[in-house]
Amino acid sequence: MSTQRDIDWNALLEVLVLANWNTRVVVLGVTALGIAGGVVGTFMLLRRRALLGDALSHATLPGIVLAFLVASALGIGGKSHGILLLGALVSGTLGIFAVHWLTSSGRLSEDSALGVVLSTFFGAGAALLGLAQQESSASAAGLETFIYGKTASMLVRDAILIGATSIATVGCCVVFFKELRLICFDPDFARGHGMRTGGYDFLLMSLVMAVVVVGLQAVGLVLVIAILVIPAAAARFWTNMTGRMLLTSGFIGGLGGWLGTMLSALAPGLPAGAMVVLALGGIFLVSLLLGRRRGLLRRIIRLRRRALLMERDHALRAIWECLEQSGTHDCLGSHIGFRRGWATFRTAKRLQHAGLLVVEAVEGGDERISFTPSGEREAASVVRRHRLWEHYLMRRADFDEQHVDRGADDLEHLLPIDLLEELEKELDADTRAMLPSPHSLHPDGPGGGGS
Amino acid sequence: MTDWNLFFDGWIIAIAATCAVACTLPGCFLVLRRMSLMGDAISHAVLPGIAVGFLLSGSRSNGIMFAGAIIAGFFTAFFSQWLRRFGRVDEGAAMGVVFTTLFALGLLLIVQGADSVDLDPSCVLYGALELAPLDLVTLPFTGGLRVPRAFMMLMIVLLVNLVILISLFKTFRIAAFDPSQAAAQRMRPDLAHHLLMAMTAITTVAAFEAVGSIIVVAMIVVPAVIARLFVHRLGSMLLVAAMVGVAAAAAGHYTAVELPHLVGYGSVPTSGMIAVIGGLMLLASIMVNPRQGVIPRFLRRWRFRMQTTREDLLALAWRLEERGTAPTATILSQDLMSARRVSRLETRWSLRRLVDAGAFESQGETLRLSDSGRRDARDLVRSHRLWEAWLTRTIGLAPDHVHDTAMRLEHVTDEAMRERLASETGAPEEDPHGRSIPD
Amino acid sequence: MSIRTSQPSLGSEHSPDSPLSIHAMTVAYERRPVLWDIDLDITPGSLVGVIGPNGAGKSTLIKAALDLVPKLSGEVQVFGRPYREQRQHVAYVPQRESVDWDFPVTVLDVVCMGLYHTLGLFRPVNRRIRDRGMQALTQVGLSDFANRQIAQLSGGQQQRTFLARALVQDAALHLMDEPFAGVDAATEQTIVSLLRDLQSRGRTTVVIHHDLQTASEYFDHVLLLNTRVVAFGPTKEVFTPENLEATYGGKLTLLDQASQALAGHAQGVGR
Repeated sequence: MSTQRDIDWNALLEVLVLANWNTRVVVLGVTALGIAGGVVGTFMLLRRRALLGDALSHATLPGIVLAFLVASALGIGGKSHGILLLGALVSGTLGIFAVHWLTSSGRLSEDSALGVVLSTFFGAGAALLGLAQQESSASAAGLETFIYGKTASMLVRDAILIGATSIATVGCCVVFFKELRLICFDPDFARGHGMRTGGYDFLLMSLVMAVVVVGLQAVGLVLVIAILVIPAAAARFWTNMTGRMLLTSGFIGGLGGWLGTMLSALAPGLPAGAMVVLALGGIFLVSLLLGRRRGLLRRIIRLRRRALLMERDHALRAIWECLEQSGTHDCLGSHIGFRRGWATFRTAKRLQHAGLLVVEAVEGGDERISFTPSGEREAASVVRRHRLWEHYLMRRADFDEQHVDRGADDLEHLLPIDLLEELEKELDADTRAMLPSPHSLHPDGPGGGGS
Repeated sequence: MTDWNLFFDGWIIAIAATCAVACTLPGCFLVLRRMSLMGDAISHAVLPGIAVGFLLSGSRSNGIMFAGAIIAGFFTAFFSQWLRRFGRVDEGAAMGVVFTTLFALGLLLIVQGADSVDLDPSCVLYGALELAPLDLVTLPFTGGLRVPRAFMMLMIVLLVNLVILISLFKTFRIAAFDPSQAAAQRMRPDLAHHLLMAMTAITTVAAFEAVGSIIVVAMIVVPAVIARLFVHRLGSMLLVAAMVGVAAAAAGHYTAVELPHLVGYGSVPTSGMIAVIGGLMLLASIMVNPRQGVIPRFLRRWRFRMQTTREDLLALAWRLEERGTAPTATILSQDLMSARRVSRLETRWSLRRLVDAGAFESQGETLRLSDSGRRDARDLVRSHRLWEAWLTRTIGLAPDHVHDTAMRLEHVTDEAMRERLASETGAPEEDPHGRSIPD
Repeated sequence: MSIRTSQPSLGSEHSPDSPLSIHAMTVAYERRPVLWDIDLDITPGSLVGVIGPNGAGKSTLIKAALDLVPKLSGEVQVFGRPYREQRQHVAYVPQRESVDWDFPVTVLDVVCMGLYHTLGLFRPVNRRIRDRGMQALTQVGLSDFANRQIAQLSGGQQQRTFLARALVQDAALHLMDEPFAGVDAATEQTIVSLLRDLQSRGRTTVVIHHDLQTASEYFDHVLLLNTRVVAFGPTKEVFTPENLEATYGGKLTLLDQASQALAGHAQGVGR
């Protein structure tokens, strides 16, 4: 048992320090590919062409097979790596031009054009593969690695090619950062300023092309799509800035590449390409849940917090207006309707804990409620804000008395607080004094008791 | 020439055609809703479902595997929609994330569990259409009629799709066209949407199992796009798409068998060729479709240009005669070339055609208008001067500013428009420049 | 019936100092002519409202002037020279819906985009650019929002961001596509005072406007457009019930018919 564990530790250590030459090549190569894919993919996502890589990578297949057929016909040997990649490059470029031609002048919508190009080119690739297998099924079998990838067999020169391409790609993205961002955000404006948007689009396509072609042999033509799409989509959950998104996406891509190849090196049965994509998928899920800007968890918390805030404001306003009408210092919980909804009752308890309310039980299961001094101040500001909005809506937006309460209710919680100052200016309101309510107050409190 | 086997090749074409038609039904709506790539996504994403089904049961082609694939297909369709709506992920990216991850999972499962067994990931892509006729099942209630299993399967899917579509055609149509209006009319666009996703998933999985995913991806998008180029009504679009699908299937199989022989090879996978033929059919449609086709448009533009040149020459000759000058080829072409950008070659050629058509009578150097030529020329000049009058009086353009416009408009003015022009301008005797308007 | 500008007659001579001079411009989408034979000479320093019904080609007028959509015929000159050579003098404010407001950029980033053309390739956005961006944001009252993501702005604030991006260019001619569409009262006031300010500094502004009620109050010149120029001139003279009737009533069936046929032929989609 203990020897078993020792061996595991040794293997793990060996992998982690990249002791094995082969592991080192693979890990570094795929990590570089992930970084480049993440960076380029960000611009593709922002240009709303996330799936262009899909069509493009499928479109490389006929070129690869054709290059193989030509090379073996000429007797150069179909395995010649450069020739195959050149074939991929040529037919991928053809695919891009086909998509461009189909979408230009509104012939086809973008998604249809992608679908058409993808299926036609890939079909041609499959048909040609049928030919290649007749030619010599032994060497043609190698072609299928382009579809599924064969990361483990990556050679040093492959890794160097990937590394160089990644550096060039990332470099281009950094150098042309502001131009690429502009054509992604507002291409019309860019064109109006004399920028050659077509040229930059072409640059972007070429970068995608580069990543796809060098990535083909590493992870295969289906999974290279993942490297272009997933890091960018995941990075969007973490940031609202283009620059940071680029960094995050590159980081996620690199992390996924590193993690995937490491895992596959640890257990011999795990194909590296698939592991890289699964690692990326895992990172995407984590980002979807925990992302700092748009993650679900954060949004749920924010919604919950806003709901609590609204409950609190409603309760404070209900009590304040009840006291305003009766002119007393305390009122009964049942009067405001605290017993009716249990959310409101819970809110009152919370306010009591926060030191804003004093709640004393009285006979008959009711309770007597009064403000603490700080509670009264807080309530006054809440009521005042609400009434400012009511006045504003009635004057500027022609709300009528019946609906203004709800309208203000929505606004005061949705709009940023600094609008309040503008509002005061707008209404020439005294910044301190309490405003009268623009509509008659219901005897049961505002909006019929804590709407 | 290959030996055609009626049984084998007949069934192959029948299976491919059934598959194509089954795919075009949801395909038309996917294309209209700009979700053409859903078929692509689902057909990649079913891999883990298949792998799990395979690992559980240990054999290909059975219910568990099918169920696994369907579940994976549904998951792709609905999870990518969910990501778009609630995760606020770009639509394409959402699809891309889901299907690549699932595909990777499928690959992993296959490599891990199915090493020794014959589940080859490549059959996911191109299927085994050529072998499908070998796997026969007996149809119930037909007295022992045996058909390929794939055919029966696809036929069932096709019928299910048809029943769903026909019974909910109105809902589907309005949901494809305008979801918000559909909601307003309580037509349940979400129901149509979910059903569409379900149809896509089931069709993709059934078709993939029989014939591989290339055909699915191609037949979901291509026939619908082609049909859209030719017809503008949903019903006819479905019909045309189905016909295109059948044609692509037949032509695809034929070329897959015959074409490689020309270069000395054996036949290639039919599924790949069907996709290629689909793409070529689309290319041809874009080129020749009568309304928007590239070639017809070019021809029409060219023809109109030549017509314009000839008509300008006629009207020029008429004006020369009006001023008492005898028109010659040299004067006419020089006048025209100074009036607008036109090549000498084009002018000369147009003149020759006018002479051949009998609009001009050649008398030495001079070109005299014939009676028919003079009639046409007079109509043109009348249109021109009426337009000048109309543009000045009704629109209030300056008289020295209407010539260019009138010169362009005269070529598209027919008798009825001339009558209206005359009546709206009060049938004037003279145009704004003081020249008389011929009757 | 309608009032024309004192426009020189035939030929292509443009008034040399006109900020925007359009001659015989025709634009068509598919077979439908959107703009037909437009002739315009904008007076320097004027504040022009472009008014017309939906589909009258208002946006297309600006886009064609900026070479964003292809013209069938005609030419456009900016201060007497082709637009290509005069880009630095023109600021364009597109419609708010034309971009994705979910895009991950800050308000200041967007404003600085107005100055990219002064930077040239390879040079990142520097302090000088950012300072000028902040100035423009202060002008539109958004300086506190500079580092927010644009998705967090209200509709009116988004519109003001676009305005700031135009202001930062310090251009002599501003072309604005529906800046008043869907904005709140506060933004509307801000925009109006900005427009006045631009005019007082001698700048020329062309604004596409959809509200007939406020048009005569905001603009000193009005261009009534419905596929062609119905009337153009000082607001007092042009903004008459008859001209508005002609713009919105549609009395152009003959010309429509003919021009449609012609545009169809020119694109090869006619009969």
